[in-house]
Amino acid sequence: MKVSLFITCVVDSVFPNVGVSLTRILQECGCDVSFPPQQTCCGQPAFNSGYTDEARDVGMTLLRAFRDSDVVVSPSGSCVGMIHHYYPQLFANDPQLHQAAVDLANKTYEFSQFMVKQLQITDLGARFPHRVTYHPSCHGSRLLGVKDEPMQLLQGVHDIEIVELPYATDCCGFGGTFAVKMGEISGAMVDEKAENVARTDAEVLVGTDMGCLMNIGGRLRRTNRAVRVMHLAELLMEGMQLGKAVNA
Amino acid sequence: MSTPHSSSNVHDRAQQALADDFLRKAVHFTTDRLRNKKQAVTGEFGNWEAWRERGQQIRQHTIAHLDYYLDQFARHLEAHGAHVHFAATGEEASYIVREIAAAKSAKRAVKSKSMVTEEIHLNHHLEEMGVQVVETDLGEYIIQLAGETPSHIIIPAIHKNREQIRDLFEAESGEQLTTETRDLAAFARRRLRQEYLTADIGITGCNFGIAETGSIALFTNEGNADLVMNMPKTHIVLMGMERVLPTMSDLEVFAHLLPKSATGQNVITYMSIVTGPRRDNEADGAEEMHVIILDNGRSRQLGDPDFQAILHCIRCGACLNVCPVYRQIGGHAYGSVYPGPIGAVLSPLLNDGETYQDLPYASSLCGACYEACPVKIPLHDMLVRERQRLVATGHVKPAEKAAFRAFRQVFGNAGRYQTTIRIARRLQFPLAHDGYIRAKIGPVAGWTTSRDFPALPKRTFRELWPELVRKGNGRG
Repeated sequence: MKVSLFITCVVDSVFPNVGVSLTRILQECGCDVSFPPQQTCCGQPAFNSGYTDEARDVGMTLLRAFRDSDVVVSPSGSCVGMIHHYYPQLFANDPQLHQAAVDLANKTYEFSQFMVKQLQITDLGARFPHRVTYHPSCHGSRLLGVKDEPMQLLQGVHDIEIVELPYATDCCGFGGTFAVKMGEISGAMVDEKAENVARTDAEVLVGTDMGCLMNIGGRLRRTNRAVRVMHLAELLMEGMQLGKAVNA
Repeated sequence: MSTPHSSSNVHDRAQQALADDFLRKAVHFTTDRLRNKKQAVTGEFGNWEAWRERGQQIRQHTIAHLDYYLDQFARHLEAHGAHVHFAATGEEASYIVREIAAAKSAKRAVKSKSMVTEEIHLNHHLEEMGVQVVETDLGEYIIQLAGETPSHIIIPAIHKNREQIRDLFEAESGEQLTTETRDLAAFARRRLRQEYLTADIGITGCNFGIAETGSIALFTNEGNADLVMNMPKTHIVLMGMERVLPTMSDLEVFAHLLPKSATGQNVITYMSIVTGPRRDNEADGAEEMHVIILDNGRSRQLGDPDFQAILHCIRCGACLNVCPVYRQIGGHAYGSVYPGPIGAVLSPLLNDGETYQDLPYASSLCGACYEACPVKIPLHDMLVRERQRLVATGHVKPAEKAAFRAFRQVFGNAGRYQTTIRIARRLQFPLAHDGYIRAKIGPVAGWTTSRDFPALPKRTFRELWPELVRKGNGRG
């Protein structure tokens, strides 16, 4: 299957290893993976702040990049949610762009959604002998509706110990520009989230959106808590390498 | 408005609230209880999503035909002998109440809980003309004694604990009281009973007005609304113009949706329906009944595809109980009569966008409010639309505008984006330590005050890509 990556600006510039892991997993699953280089960002920071013209110009990079793609996969439920829910209205004024936006929405999947729903794979032969807790990001789970898939993939990992995160569905306080604009409220929210992560005694916090994980990870680090923060793709990739090593 | 948090912007008020450990603990405790009960009750009830759908349909239909149903409602009320008043503004509604009070030479009024009366500051207006007003909902009574405003739509005294309540009651009564719920409630009951007996006017809100019958439905857990509307000779109802439902069978749907969403109660303790003043053959009821239907900025939302659905709201407060922002800062930090997500959307709308302009930003857009809403109002989308309006009408800081212009320049083109990342990588050098940035400078201080920010790594994903694709594809 031919798959184009929408890697997101945060993963591209700050967390490239998430993109590397995503690429390798898809390649292992037999996908022919491409990365159209015209892409930058979904435009969500501008859109959520009320700057629609700015968001449209940035979103255009995705419409152009993925025009000829069959399937688009991205390591962010938030950015995919942006495409699904807001692109059709963002480009409503131009019939051609609107059609391109609807087409893009129809062929774009969040990583775990693509693995479970499209490839129908939940067991990658990964092995990860650690205590892990999972934070479900709001946009991916609530707005995009990807609620069970990340956990299905985690449950397919061998030797993993999954502990429930208290108040798991409460927002971590990221919210894009909210974290800067309303820094004090956002700081209080992420403090509570980091406390809850610490209470689980997990070695690893895993999630599906690097915005949220950068936020929680930043707070864990500031409060000197030695919790490793990983994207689901990173955990699975590491687990697959260990799985192979054990089986070899 | 006399609240303990009367500073001018949401940042200052939030800071104050965040420093108040007691307030935050109290809000955590109560909202946890409410949302857990709601989850249990709706799970047990079953088909909750279908009930929400039905609730949304009914509200959508009603608001789309609001002129028709309001007309039907008013005609039926009048046929039962009630006086109907339409008030365009809060001042007009207050004026109507004052005129009625003056005509009755009223000295004392009792009230059941009503957010609309808070919205128009009715107590203040009545007290100004010498009418003593007593709140009879226990929570409202507590905050009235404290000289405050509600900090939650359903639980007005959510921010008070039993010690504070005892102190307020002792100061009011001169009696010695314990902090036992039984003793505190007994005092309020004794005290309020006298008020019902001596009041000239009873003022209630209206949870739902039923158009087909001209009835007012009131939901309480204390039965106080029944006493308020039946004991005094005159009953005044204040309601927002959106508060109608077409039929009694529609009320059945909301008799499920409202208490389950608000407090996690399967049914409300008292659901009282009053249809007109006392008739000749009836033993009780007010002799005279006035229903004041208030616009106060609501009709501006009618016909506006962006915001009409805000009129679907049934004021259950479920969005407050799940809101992670409300959880941290409580209600007073919003600085508006309506706090939480509903308040952040509604307050600027009711006030024509000129005040409460910072409230639409007091949200991380997590969507928990939408998920909790019994009539599926997309509050998170409305907050973005309000931000769009503020941008379109120039109500934003020049620095923010410049930042998004730069964002458009840089992220609108992959080449420019790549160049910018390369420059940023070099510029961050003096700030980054161990791969992280902690410096509290410029606009990033909002972030770095409470958390570390990862420094940009040596290579972006797109710089790693050529190697990846060479090694990988065609392996599977």
